[in-house]
Amino acid sequence: MAKTVLKVTNLSASYRKNTVLDNVNFQIEEGSLTGIVGPNGAGKSTLIKTLLHLHPSLTGKIDFYGLPFKKAKRVIGYVPQRGSVDWDFPTNALDVVVMGLYGQIGWLKRPSRAHRKLAYEALEKMDMAPYADRQISQLSGGQQQRVFLARALVQDAEFYFMDEPLAGVDATTEKAIMAILKELKDEGKTVMVVHHDLQTVTDYFDHVLFLNRTVKEHGLTDSVFTKENIMKTYGGKMQRIVEGGSHVVHSN
Amino acid sequence: MWSILTSSNFQWVLASTMTLGIASGMVGCLAYWKKQSLMSDALAHSALPGVIIGFLVIGEKNIIFLITGAAVSALVGAFFIQWIQSSTRITEDTAMGMVLSIFFGLGIMLLTIVNRSAGGNQSGLDSFIFGQAASMVKLDVFTMLILALVVITIIFIGFKEWKLFLFDPQHAKGLGLSLSMMNVIYTLILVTTIVIGIQAVGVILIAALLIIPSVSARYWTNSFHYMLILSALFGGLSGAFGTYLSAVGKGWPTGPFIVVVAAILFIFSLLFGKEKGLLITWFEQYLERKRIGTTKQTSTIGTKGVN
Amino acid sequence: MSYTAWIILTASLVGLSCGLVGTFLILRKMAMMADAISHTVLLGIVTAFLITKELSGPHMLVGAILAGLLTALFVQGLHQFEIEQHASIGIVFTTLFAVGVILITTSIGNAHLDVQHALMGEITFIPWETITLPIVGKVPEATALLALVLMIVLVCIIAFYKEWKITSFDPALAASLGIPVVFMHYLFMSLVSITTVASFDAVGAIMVVAMLITPAAAAYLWTDKLSVMLLLSALFGVVSAVAGYYIAAWIDTSISASMAFATGIVFLISFIGSPKHGLIAKYRRPGEIVAA
Repeated sequence: MAKTVLKVTNLSASYRKNTVLDNVNFQIEEGSLTGIVGPNGAGKSTLIKTLLHLHPSLTGKIDFYGLPFKKAKRVIGYVPQRGSVDWDFPTNALDVVVMGLYGQIGWLKRPSRAHRKLAYEALEKMDMAPYADRQISQLSGGQQQRVFLARALVQDAEFYFMDEPLAGVDATTEKAIMAILKELKDEGKTVMVVHHDLQTVTDYFDHVLFLNRTVKEHGLTDSVFTKENIMKTYGGKMQRIVEGGSHVVHSN
Repeated sequence: MWSILTSSNFQWVLASTMTLGIASGMVGCLAYWKKQSLMSDALAHSALPGVIIGFLVIGEKNIIFLITGAAVSALVGAFFIQWIQSSTRITEDTAMGMVLSIFFGLGIMLLTIVNRSAGGNQSGLDSFIFGQAASMVKLDVFTMLILALVVITIIFIGFKEWKLFLFDPQHAKGLGLSLSMMNVIYTLILVTTIVIGIQAVGVILIAALLIIPSVSARYWTNSFHYMLILSALFGGLSGAFGTYLSAVGKGWPTGPFIVVVAAILFIFSLLFGKEKGLLITWFEQYLERKRIGTTKQTSTIGTKGVN
Repeated sequence: MSYTAWIILTASLVGLSCGLVGTFLILRKMAMMADAISHTVLLGIVTAFLITKELSGPHMLVGAILAGLLTALFVQGLHQFEIEQHASIGIVFTTLFAVGVILITTSIGNAHLDVQHALMGEITFIPWETITLPIVGKVPEATALLALVLMIVLVCIIAFYKEWKITSFDPALAASLGIPVVFMHYLFMSLVSITTVASFDAVGAIMVVAMLITPAAAAYLWTDKLSVMLLLSALFGVVSAVAGYYIAAWIDTSISASMAFATGIVFLISFIGSPKHGLIAKYRRPGEIVAA
């Protein structure tokens, strides 16, 4: 059995007065590719942010590789939502990727040629090398997401958290991103992805975590991705989603 | 100290600043929900060159001309803010900051010229910066009073429409309410409140009278209706008390005192407000923690989804 | 140096420091925060004066930093209590500013401080208030203070260049990489505060906002590179400062106000003529802009 790399016990967090996460418990094993699904406002982004100490937790314990987050930071990579930054920022694609290395470069030092080379290779991997010098606002949504992915790759982390990397991207980008995620998994890295599209869950993830304020179900996609669990997580809104899902599957 | 209260002139001034406070408390509510609190600050500063030009045109301090000038230049400022942010990648707050400070600079340039010319020092234009209720003459008082009453009436009559306009513009549109018309009226009453407030409170601080009472009111109620009433009350109290306090010392500016009274009311609301006040929130959070604490004990420790 | 040369040098120093700090101000979407701090710094200065009974550079700097940090803290605090960022900025700065004005007008009214001066600056008097420094000899105090602040700003920006860049662009990533985002925020607020207070004598509380924001906004329209934007912004700051001086001399009016006005002209030129984001460029190739 694979080693447990993340153990979350009784985690809860709130936005102001509203509790968005309550008594969240789960464990993630090394080399798994987990999709976090749940309705809007289920606390998916908050979960990631709380795990990474970007949002305060009220209660609970988070263990990465048996260590607290602060000590495991170095091996954790994070891809925020694309909409969380201002793409008008005066910088180019390569530079954004180099930012992924800032933690390793350290204080008072500038990114060297070697750092730039690493970043360029990451862009190449995402088929974005021709756009390295492009100002980031002049990239399409899919290209921006690829830049973000490249930035995560360059961090060379062991454990990646990605917040909706497939939201609003074109089909080619979606394929490219999923190929990279599979590759990461094959290298033995662990990935957790906030995902909004139920139709693709079975194709993309080997594990799925149903979240709605708390963990509704978690396990191998093959065994837990069932209609019952979707209904349990999505509540009243489920009917439409399940039907919509089968409809799309049909059209494929 | 009581003697000033009994002077009939002062009573009129007090009445007018109180009415101004009520009007700006109400308009401030609209601005709060349109998320334009700082816009009022930008508009107030950009009114300054208009005031001075209004003075330059007719050569004396006539309230009607000054108000017209102020309104025109505030609207030009609003237009620039809109234009810059819609046609470039510059964000709204940057556009506001630029218009605010550049228009103010232009105002000071003109003011310096006016003050240098003969008779300029008697114009009392300096009082437009911090407000000087004591310098107001009868005509000023009545103009202010009437315009403030007009603003209050417009908000009062259109209460339903304002509510729709702010909280459900799409529905309002469906009901045949012209959103652009409402926007025009909103901008007009906002600018009117600002420019009539300039003389009593000054260009720099008039925004406070629009922002602070409405935020204070928010702590007491979740209903837009009561928020309007409370905000009007807080604004009125600030206007009256502030003016009164500033009259205690000779030559003290009115604006800062009005703002400080408003701020005291705000701190009181922040602490003791019924809806979101700190005491209430702390208490609720305490209960929530306690609740989560108990679930922790009752729930089984076994973790879900262990593979 | 001649009287005019000192004034132009002082004004240029204002333009340089404000231009540099301003670039990050607008990229961090904190333009109105600068407006707030420029007002509350007045309270810091007044308080420093009330405590020490003298108007000296170091005291004023400390008072200003404290006032600036306090403003940032208050705004942040109120924001946490469900008040819109806009509204909390509006409440904090108007209140602290009002307190500052009241203190000046009621207790120390006729001392060295006066409101007029604080608001509009009095760059014309700067060359007469001199101090003697070790090597350079007699220099105006305000100029020396500005030079010191410019050095601090330069060192901070160069030393932490990549940290400023990442915390401005993507604070969430920065935090996950272990860069102290909160510390950088308050360090930046301190830089804004000392820049503001050093410029106070020269341009006053409100016009300093023009010097901070406008050259940076103009530079933002010309370039897509952060380093170029910093240089351009500093250059525009100096150009506005010098142009402002000559405009004021020409029509005989307030120098600080004319400097603020000159930043407006620089911006207007950029707004119309910038090859990338200007109005002319936009009307000439509207399709391309939409595509981008």
